[in-house]
Amino acid sequence: MITIDAKDMHYKELNKIIRENIASGIKNFFLENVNGQYYIGDGIKGDDITITVNGVPGNDLGVFMDGPSIIVNNNVQDNVGNTMNAGKITIKGDAGDVVGYGMRGGRIYIRGNAGYRIGIHMKGYNTQIPVIIIGGKVGSFFGEYMAGGVMVLLGLNNSEELAGEYFGVGMHGGTIYLKKKIDFSKYSKEVEFLEANDEDMIFLKKYLIEYANDFNLQAEDLINGPFYKIVPSSARPYAHLYTSSAL
Amino acid sequence: MTKSSFTNIQSEYLAVIDHAKCVRCKRCIQNCGWGTYSFGGDKIIADHSKCVACGRCYTYCPEGAISILKNPTVMRENGNWQDYHIKNIWRQSETGGIAISGMGTPLKYKKYFDHILLDACQVTNPPIDPLREPMELKTFLGKKPSKLELDFNEDGQPILKNPMPPQIELATPFIFAPMSYGSISLNAQKAMALAARALGIVMNIGEGGLHDELVPFGKNIIVQVASGRFGVNRDYLNSGVAVEIKIGQGAKPGIGGHLPGEKIGADISRTRMIPAGTDAISPAPHHDIYSIEDLRQLIYAIKEAINYEKPVSVKVAAVHNIAAIVSGIVRAGADIVYIDGFTGGTGAAPIIIRDNVGIPIEIALAQVDQRLREEGIRNEASLVAAGSIRSSADAVKAIALGADAVAIGTAALVVMGCHICGKCHTGNCSWGITTQRPELTRRLDPEEYGEKLYNLITAWSHEMKDILGAMGVNSIESLRGSKERLRGIELTDSELKVLGIKHAGM
Repeated sequence: MITIDAKDMHYKELNKIIRENIASGIKNFFLENVNGQYYIGDGIKGDDITITVNGVPGNDLGVFMDGPSIIVNNNVQDNVGNTMNAGKITIKGDAGDVVGYGMRGGRIYIRGNAGYRIGIHMKGYNTQIPVIIIGGKVGSFFGEYMAGGVMVLLGLNNSEELAGEYFGVGMHGGTIYLKKKIDFSKYSKEVEFLEANDEDMIFLKKYLIEYANDFNLQAEDLINGPFYKIVPSSARPYAHLYTSSAL
Repeated sequence: MTKSSFTNIQSEYLAVIDHAKCVRCKRCIQNCGWGTYSFGGDKIIADHSKCVACGRCYTYCPEGAISILKNPTVMRENGNWQDYHIKNIWRQSETGGIAISGMGTPLKYKKYFDHILLDACQVTNPPIDPLREPMELKTFLGKKPSKLELDFNEDGQPILKNPMPPQIELATPFIFAPMSYGSISLNAQKAMALAARALGIVMNIGEGGLHDELVPFGKNIIVQVASGRFGVNRDYLNSGVAVEIKIGQGAKPGIGGHLPGEKIGADISRTRMIPAGTDAISPAPHHDIYSIEDLRQLIYAIKEAINYEKPVSVKVAAVHNIAAIVSGIVRAGADIVYIDGFTGGTGAAPIIIRDNVGIPIEIALAQVDQRLREEGIRNEASLVAAGSIRSSADAVKAIALGADAVAIGTAALVVMGCHICGKCHTGNCSWGITTQRPELTRRLDPEEYGEKLYNLITAWSHEMKDILGAMGVNSIESLRGSKERLRGIELTDSELKVLGIKHAGM
């Protein structure tokens, strides 16, 4: 275990210290006084590594991360879990824009709200199913070009509007679950709106229990349905967009 | 319902068989990826409408019995309304689809390389004979320090005070341009990997991930990160000699890519790390890059992930304001900037973009080099030029206009048999290049074509040395950005000005 005081430290130095300590076998990190440092956990590997962040980490938290867990006791900024491959990021506050862009595996749990462009081009592959759970609401472009994985929008904070405009535009894989009904008429033509079935609930349950435990919530409150489900109407939304040119 | 009037759009080519010569070996049936030929009981029959003039059939006809002719049936001639305008209107009125095609634009835009002449020595300083004297083509791509500070060790030998930023070492200033597994076959990628290793240069694997079989070629590979982030993870970023962020492509600046689901089989699915059968969509923008500052953020996210041990390249298409854009990219921390001119190739692009968007590489290069020099940051990044480098002369001219190295894509495919038929997007390539059909890809022998690629780059390197020798310089570095050794011909004053060169005779 190591505690690092990140006060006035440049990200390059902070991340170098983390990398060197991982290389020398340290598994548990406590970062104190973090204040906007970029790239914490960038490209680190190892399922048994945990980084606890006190303060507000900067952009690209957990970018390219492959296995470790990061716990943030505060808000985070943009690009959390960018192109993340495996691991877990738990955020006790709100998240900024672009969460889980191109994410291929692992989990991101956000207690509060998240900004614009959440889960763009998230993708699943084989046994890797990336999961993002957002406690509150999100901005526009939620799940744009989503190609795989699962996103859950709980709307716990009594928010009026669960999501902004351009919901699921270009979605061609994966599933979005909602704990509240939305006005489906204003969302993308490329998706379908269904009620979650038993199979969905079995899948969701284990993630929701973990989420509840992480944030000291009552699991039953989360699991009790109904849940709604949004899936793409086609894995090939643009199959008929093209014709072969004469030249 | 009546039959549509345009379904029988006149065939472009006629596949004519000389039945007196034909021995009915059926090799043409086997070789054609388009299904042009069939056996009619006693003779080969050709369906002209399917022929794309890819040249595979007559190349492999043992009797020389096949001729591919331009269909002599004329469309009514009209200098304004050309054949392809009319045919595309018909096709689009049938389908409602965006007209797409493969390869760079076939339209006859002015090719500036063809209007630039090289200098040579006569009397006042002697040319050099590269056969007898050393001639250096070795090129390093990456950020160079603005000055060298030296210390001396105990033996009095100079040593660098500050470590040199990471570089890619090229034995000769060529790289194989990014072409993904998916857009081309694995065998085509392997041919380039083998050639790159033998030549001491690098290939760029494009945005489709790194296939297991290419992993051993890491020292000769640049890996790419594009907006779809296919196959990108920590290990991937660390598997080559550099990482490239792909922003744009010369053939289709500003738009993304769709590899159709039917091309995503098990192997491509594994390499791209996406489910089989779904469209592999590369969004037009990276959704984490909406500004130069955001680009800087991704560049340094990658540098952190690779521990600052390798250069990071940024690939952009040559567009109107390219000089300012590249200046921004360099200031954002890129070690290499790859500029792709508007005649660059593609596996598939809407023709309306391919034929109308972007600017020529010659002009882009000249402007970028000048701008970076004016700003005093030319040493901060290397420039790679691409966009139909057709010969060593094009390469030399590109370097004199300011490039550090050139990338060749289409030329490498031509080595593998490509006749530039422009049908890459259909996945039927008879040469086994832009297809994933196993019966077609297995005919492309990586060893055989790797050797031919080796030959081509070796030949071009020799030619380059000859040109350098004639100019009286003994290293490619001495020519870089040396526009004084170029002259324009048949160019207007504005063209000369934008290229930064004088007219012939001046």
